[in-house]
Amino acid sequence: MHLIRTREAQLTLAILAVLVLIAWRFPGFVTPGNLANVFNDTAPLILLALGQTVVILTRCIDLSVAANLALTGMAAAMVNVAFPGLPIPVIILGAVAMGAALGAINGMLVWKLSIPPIVVTLGTLTIYRGLVFVLSDGQWVNAHEMSAPFTALPRATFLGLPVLSWLALLGVAAFMALVRYLPLGRSFYAVGGNPSAAIYAGIDPGRTQFAAFTLSGAVAGLTGYLWVARYQVAYVDIAGGFELEVVAACVIGGISIAGGAGTILGALLGALFLGIVKNALPVVGISPFWQLAISGAAIVIAVIANGRAQRRPGRQILRKEAPA
Amino acid sequence: MTDTASPASRQVPDRLRSRLGRAIRSWEVLLIAVAVAVFTFNALASPYFLNAWNLSDATFNFTEKAMIAFAMALLIIAGEIDLSVASIIALASTAMGAAAQVGAGTPELVAIGLGVGLLCGAFNGALVTGLGLPSIVVTIGTLSLFRGISYMVLGDRSFGGYPTSFAWFGQGYVWWVITVEMVIFALCALTFWVLLHRTSFGRQVYAIGNNPTGALFSGIRVRRVKFTLFLLTGLMSGLAAVCLTSRLGSTRPSIAQGWELEVVTMVVLGGVNILGGSGTIPGVVLAAIIMGMVTFGLGLLNVPGIVMSIFVGLLLIAVIALPRLVTLVRARWA
Repeated sequence: MHLIRTREAQLTLAILAVLVLIAWRFPGFVTPGNLANVFNDTAPLILLALGQTVVILTRCIDLSVAANLALTGMAAAMVNVAFPGLPIPVIILGAVAMGAALGAINGMLVWKLSIPPIVVTLGTLTIYRGLVFVLSDGQWVNAHEMSAPFTALPRATFLGLPVLSWLALLGVAAFMALVRYLPLGRSFYAVGGNPSAAIYAGIDPGRTQFAAFTLSGAVAGLTGYLWVARYQVAYVDIAGGFELEVVAACVIGGISIAGGAGTILGALLGALFLGIVKNALPVVGISPFWQLAISGAAIVIAVIANGRAQRRPGRQILRKEAPA
Repeated sequence: MTDTASPASRQVPDRLRSRLGRAIRSWEVLLIAVAVAVFTFNALASPYFLNAWNLSDATFNFTEKAMIAFAMALLIIAGEIDLSVASIIALASTAMGAAAQVGAGTPELVAIGLGVGLLCGAFNGALVTGLGLPSIVVTIGTLSLFRGISYMVLGDRSFGGYPTSFAWFGQGYVWWVITVEMVIFALCALTFWVLLHRTSFGRQVYAIGNNPTGALFSGIRVRRVKFTLFLLTGLMSGLAAVCLTSRLGSTRPSIAQGWELEVVTMVVLGGVNILGGSGTIPGVVLAAIIMGMVTFGLGLLNVPGIVMSIFVGLLLIAVIALPRLVTLVRARWA
């Protein structure tokens, strides 16, 4: 009975219910092959949701992830075009480093200047997106310009699954281990749960938030390469507005926006829920234009549900006014 | 979401600065100086800047956004935020477009635009004040939801065919180069100035922003005031939707995309503390004019819109970062 009350169990049930509903009319959707495709399609969302989760755990929010993805993806593609002989691992390392640097800029502004994260990342969102235009001069990088190994990696299959899917699974495992076993991962929860208590426990909240932003940026950088390589095109508007979907996945997954509560499994399930709905819409015959409204409604419902779940008696003695 | 850092020990000076001394050091005076500098730079950089008609056109860069910024300023001073304003414009504009298809006249269209804005504001306000949810996530959700509904209705189509008289709001002139929107902008500025600086409601907004619990214990109906502010923000978004739709003469679901960022930037540039508690309407008016002139000047220099948005983003961060950097450096030297 207790298990049923967890967000993870409820979400799993919701996902199963959606799958059963679709299978009833369109059995082709739930074949293992198609579900693997859906998972692969959702992999970038899962990866970004992992990074977003640790940021939200520390009471911050990162709205710049999609712009970061577009900027690093464009940079990776242009490097590949300029130096086709450059080994792919070098490009990937470069993308991760660049993404981490962009995330670290957010983190520094939040840590050293204590600017509210929402303001910082709203600002860097437009700056990074604008820089994609400056970098590429508004041009596209198309499939035929990229080298074959560059575009082949995310699609290469290993044990029946594409590398992109494996990377998402690997990310989930790594983040689960991080927040469960590593001091840094535990301090994400400590800082989000009670910053003052974290200070007394010897944890620097600002530094921890900086680490979370850097991590989120690094994941966005990696996803930037994967995105561009998978779709074999880079342009200014790739993944436009994707940050909202990422936040939606986290909120649906039960990550409390007030910080300190939520699990990696929840974020994974939240992302899968959105991914399945997104892939099912065209199958069921609903216009893809409905997707934005559906994820919006899902955020609102999840926020209401989170608010109810967190209003447990006896947890806080003095009720704190909702922070801005 | 906010940091709960302990406040630094406050030093109380023996004697306050003179009234003039305080006025010279105020944010508004700094903004006036910036405005003059931007104006001079633009006038020198482009021969087309100092032209009454061009300047009149340039006001369209900020009048609609500023209408929302006034209400948003009050909301941010009270410690909340509404990121769904641009999506409210999209939804209100879509509703007006749908009504125009079935032959609604100008008065009905305006009523529908304002009404949808009010409803959206009430929805945000009810979720935030009624259920005690954080306004940032709620309005990120409704940001997707409201614009999402526009996409559901319109898809890749657009609404047009507004009645000719409807064009008055966005394209009309009152006298010579004075546009209808300028007059609406001025009236809104005056109304919100009176509301914030000359009524007890305004004092309550400051009190709530500085200390919500203290305000509650002083007998202020915190939730009612906040709900009213969400309503006002929705209403002003509806008004902006009327002006923008009238000016463009058509509605697409991507209308006013990204405006929430520019509105928040305007408010913060105007000297409103993003954490709540302080800020003035004259500051927001000046910030609106500065932002309008910067974008107009960059436009005259053929800078593309997306590059301008880099400036807006930098401006937003720099305006908050610079004062904090100064105190940081001062503290290190002292």
